[in-house]
Amino acid sequence: MNKELMMGNDAIARGLLEAGCQVAAAYPGTPSTEILQSVINRKDQAVNPLHIEWSVNEKIAFEVALAASYTGKRSVAVMKQVGLNVAADPFMRTAYLGVKGGMLTVVADDPGPHSSQNEQDTRLFCLQGRVPVLDPSSPAEAKAMIGPAYQLSEKYEMNIVLRPTTRVCHSRQSVALAEPVKLDRIAAFVPDTGRWCATPAFLPGLHRSLNAKLEQIAQEPHWQPRLLVGDESRPRVALVASGIAHANLVDLLEELGLSGTIDLYQVLMPYPLNPQFVEHLQQDYDRLLVVEETYPVIELQLAHPGACGKQTGAVPREGELTPDVLYQALAAFLGLDTPPTMAAPGRGQRPSLCPGCPHRAAFYSIKKTFPDGIFPSDIGCYTLGMNLDAVHTVHCMGACISQGAGFHQAYKQDGGRVPTVVVTIGDSTFFHAGVPALINAVLQDARIIVVILDNATAAMTGGQPVPHMGSTADGRKTKIIAIEPLVKAAGVDFIESCDPYQHDRFENLLKKADAHTRSEDGGVAVLISRHGCLMDPQVRKMQEAPAVIITEDCIGCGQCVEDFECPALSMDEENGIARVDPDRCHGCGTCIPVCPAQAIVRKEEL
Amino acid sequence: MKQQIVVSGIGGQGVLFLTRVIAQVAVDRGIPVLTSESHGMAQRGGTVLSTLKVGNFAAPLIRTGQADVALLLFEANLAVHRALVKDDGELLINSDREGEGDRIDGSGIARKMGNAVLSNLVLLGRAVSKNALFCTEEECIAAIGKLAPAKFIEQNLQAFRIGVQSLQQ
Ligand code: SF4
Ligand code: SF4
Repeated sequence: MNKELMMGNDAIARGLLEAGCQVAAAYPGTPSTEILQSVINRKDQAVNPLHIEWSVNEKIAFEVALAASYTGKRSVAVMKQVGLNVAADPFMRTAYLGVKGGMLTVVADDPGPHSSQNEQDTRLFCLQGRVPVLDPSSPAEAKAMIGPAYQLSEKYEMNIVLRPTTRVCHSRQSVALAEPVKLDRIAAFVPDTGRWCATPAFLPGLHRSLNAKLEQIAQEPHWQPRLLVGDESRPRVALVASGIAHANLVDLLEELGLSGTIDLYQVLMPYPLNPQFVEHLQQDYDRLLVVEETYPVIELQLAHPGACGKQTGAVPREGELTPDVLYQALAAFLGLDTPPTMAAPGRGQRPSLCPGCPHRAAFYSIKKTFPDGIFPSDIGCYTLGMNLDAVHTVHCMGACISQGAGFHQAYKQDGGRVPTVVVTIGDSTFFHAGVPALINAVLQDARIIVVILDNATAAMTGGQPVPHMGSTADGRKTKIIAIEPLVKAAGVDFIESCDPYQHDRFENLLKKADAHTRSEDGGVAVLISRHGCLMDPQVRKMQEAPAVIITEDCIGCGQCVEDFECPALSMDEENGIARVDPDRCHGCGTCIPVCPAQAIVRKEEL
Repeated sequence: MKQQIVVSGIGGQGVLFLTRVIAQVAVDRGIPVLTSESHGMAQRGGTVLSTLKVGNFAAPLIRTGQADVALLLFEANLAVHRALVKDDGELLINSDREGEGDRIDGSGIARKMGNAVLSNLVLLGRAVSKNALFCTEEECIAAIGKLAPAKFIEQNLQAFRIGVQSLQQ
C-alpha cells in the first residue's frame, strides 16, 4: 500500500477527499488551519467536483457545509475549538434537524493550550449539543475514521464531529493512502418544512427521534471501545483512555514494562457512550483510571464508584496530559514508585512580532501618542502588541470593538475626562466579527478610535486570503470587499489610512482621530494601518534594505530593546550598548525614531 | 531500532524543516516514525520544540529523560529542553560559545553562506557525522532532495556537507 509522511491535519484532508467530500468550508485557527490548507493543496486528487472556501467566520462555514449536505452531498466544516462557539447556534439546531448527505464538523481542540484563549473540550460541547463525537489518537487513526464517519452520518442523517487535538493535528506519521471514491452525486434538495424550517410544533418530535438515534449510534459496532486485554496480573483494575492520552499511555506502559499486564480500553466515540459498556465497567472492575483531554467527559458518563480521574483529582484537571503527567497519575493508581515531580518546564523565549512587522510600528505610535490610553485588542499576531504595552485586553474574535465601546460608556457616565480608547483589530478579525460591533459602536455613540491593522492577510495562521484581497481559497479571482466603504456604510465619518512605517503621519492621524472622538458632532474614528505582512515574500522583496546599524552614539538606555522589542535588537551584555542582529534585521527602519540618541542609522547615511 | 529525538529552536530557525528531513529518512527506510511540532503563536520567534520517535511507538511526545539525542538550534533552549534528554544522551548545539555538549557555530557558517537559516542543516550534518542519529549521510541527502524547494536544494546540501565535514577540520 502507498504510504506518505503526513501531518495529522494533512491526513484528515486526504481522508476527506478519499471519502468524497464535495464542499469544504473553514475559518483558520490553530491547530486546525492546515486541514483546509491541505484540501486546497490536494484539490487535484479529488475525483468529485469540490468547492473549497475560507469562510468569513466559523458560523458561516458551518451553514455553507450544512446546506450542501441538504442537497445530498458530503460536506465538512472545519474550525478550532473556540470557533465552535461562534458556530454554536447552527450547530445546536442541526442536532435536531439532522442532515442528508454526510456532514462532518472537524473541531480541533488545543489542550495546554498552546495557541488558544482557553482549553475547552469539544466533546463536552457535543454532549451538551447531543452530537456524536469521535476522538482519534493519531494522524492515521484520524484519517481512518473519516470514511466510516460519513457512513454513520448518512445512516442516521446526523452531523458527526471529529475532534483531533493539537498533538494529533501537528503530529507527523506515515499514513496509508486509499483511492478516492467517486460518488456521482447530483444536488437534489427536497423541501421538507416540518424539518428544515421546524417550528416549535415539530421540535418535540425531532428531539424524540434525536434521542432514539443516539441510543442506536451508541450501539454501532464500528465505534465500540477497543480493549487491549491484560494478563490478569492486576484483576478488576482497568485503564480507560481516549485520544492522544491513550497513545501516550500505550508508550508509557511499554516504557515501564507494563504492556499487556492490565486491561486498557480505548474509547473511540466518547459520546454517546454505550450503556452496556458503562455497565460492564461497573460490574467487572473495582477501580478504573480514566485519562482524557481536557474535561472529564467519559468519566462523568461512567459514573463508576471506583473511577479515578479528573473528578477525583487523580488526574490533573487542567493542562495537557503529557507523558510526565500521565506517569504521575499511573504510578499513584497502580501503587508504583512515584516518579519525582517534574518542575514544569519553562516556556523559553516568548514570541514577539517579526522584525519589521508593521504592527510594531503602529503599536509604538499608539502608545507614544496616548500614554494613558486604554487599548483593547484582539486575536492574531497583533495580540503580541502586549509586549509593547499597547494591548490591554484580548478576549475573543471581534471583542475589542465592543469592549472599547463598553469602556467608553463606563467612563463617560462619570462625567470626568474620558480616556482615549484605541482599539486594534486585524483585517481578518474585522471581517470575522468586527463589523456588527462597529455598527453597534456607531449606533451607541461610543467615542473610540478603531485602528484596523490591515496587512492584507490572516497572518497568525500562515497567510490565508482576506475578503479585501479579491482571491478565493484556491486562488481564483473574486470580488474585492474593500474596508473603507464597509466602514463608511457602518456610519463612520472619520476614515483615514496610513502606512505605520510613516511614524509622523501616523501619529498625526491618531491625534486627529482623537480630536474627532472628542468633538461635539464627532463619533467613532477609524484609522486603517496599512502595510503588508512581512511573512509575505513579495512584501519582503519590495522593501529590501540593508540592516540598520548602531553607532557609537548609543548611550545604552535600552529603549529600543525594552519599548520597541524588535527581535533583531538586543543589548550587548559586555559593553552595555545595543546591537543589531544582521540575520534578523529587515532594514525597515521603524526603530530609527525610537532611539533618543539618534544612534540607530541606516548604513548608507553614515 | 528505537530512537527518541528532540529538535529545539525558536520560530523562524527551520526547526520544522529539520524535523521533516529526519522523519523522511525513517519513512524512506520503512521504519515507523511519529513527530510532534510547534505551530501557531510560538512560530513568531518563540521557543519551538519538535519531538521525533523512531521505531514502534504510539505517541509522539517524549517523556523527561527519555530522549537519546537533542539538536538545539538555539542555545538558550538548553535550560528548557535539557531535561527531556537522557543524562548520557547526545547534545548537539548550534552555538559559538563554549559549554555542555558538542557545539558548532552553525549560524556563523550559514551566515557566511548567505542564509542564516541553513544552520539547521549544518547541525544535522554534524550529528550524522558523529553517528548520533539513526540516519546515514546518503539517506539525509536523499531526504533533503525530496523536501527542499528545487532552487534551494544545492545550498541546503552544501550546508549539510559542511556540517558533515566539520569534525575533520
Ligand atoms: S530596521 Fe530596526 S525595526 Fe526594522 S527589522 Fe531592523 S532592527 Fe528591527
Ligand atoms: S535606544 Fe538608542 S541609545 Fe538606547 S540602547 Fe537603543 S540604540 Fe542605544
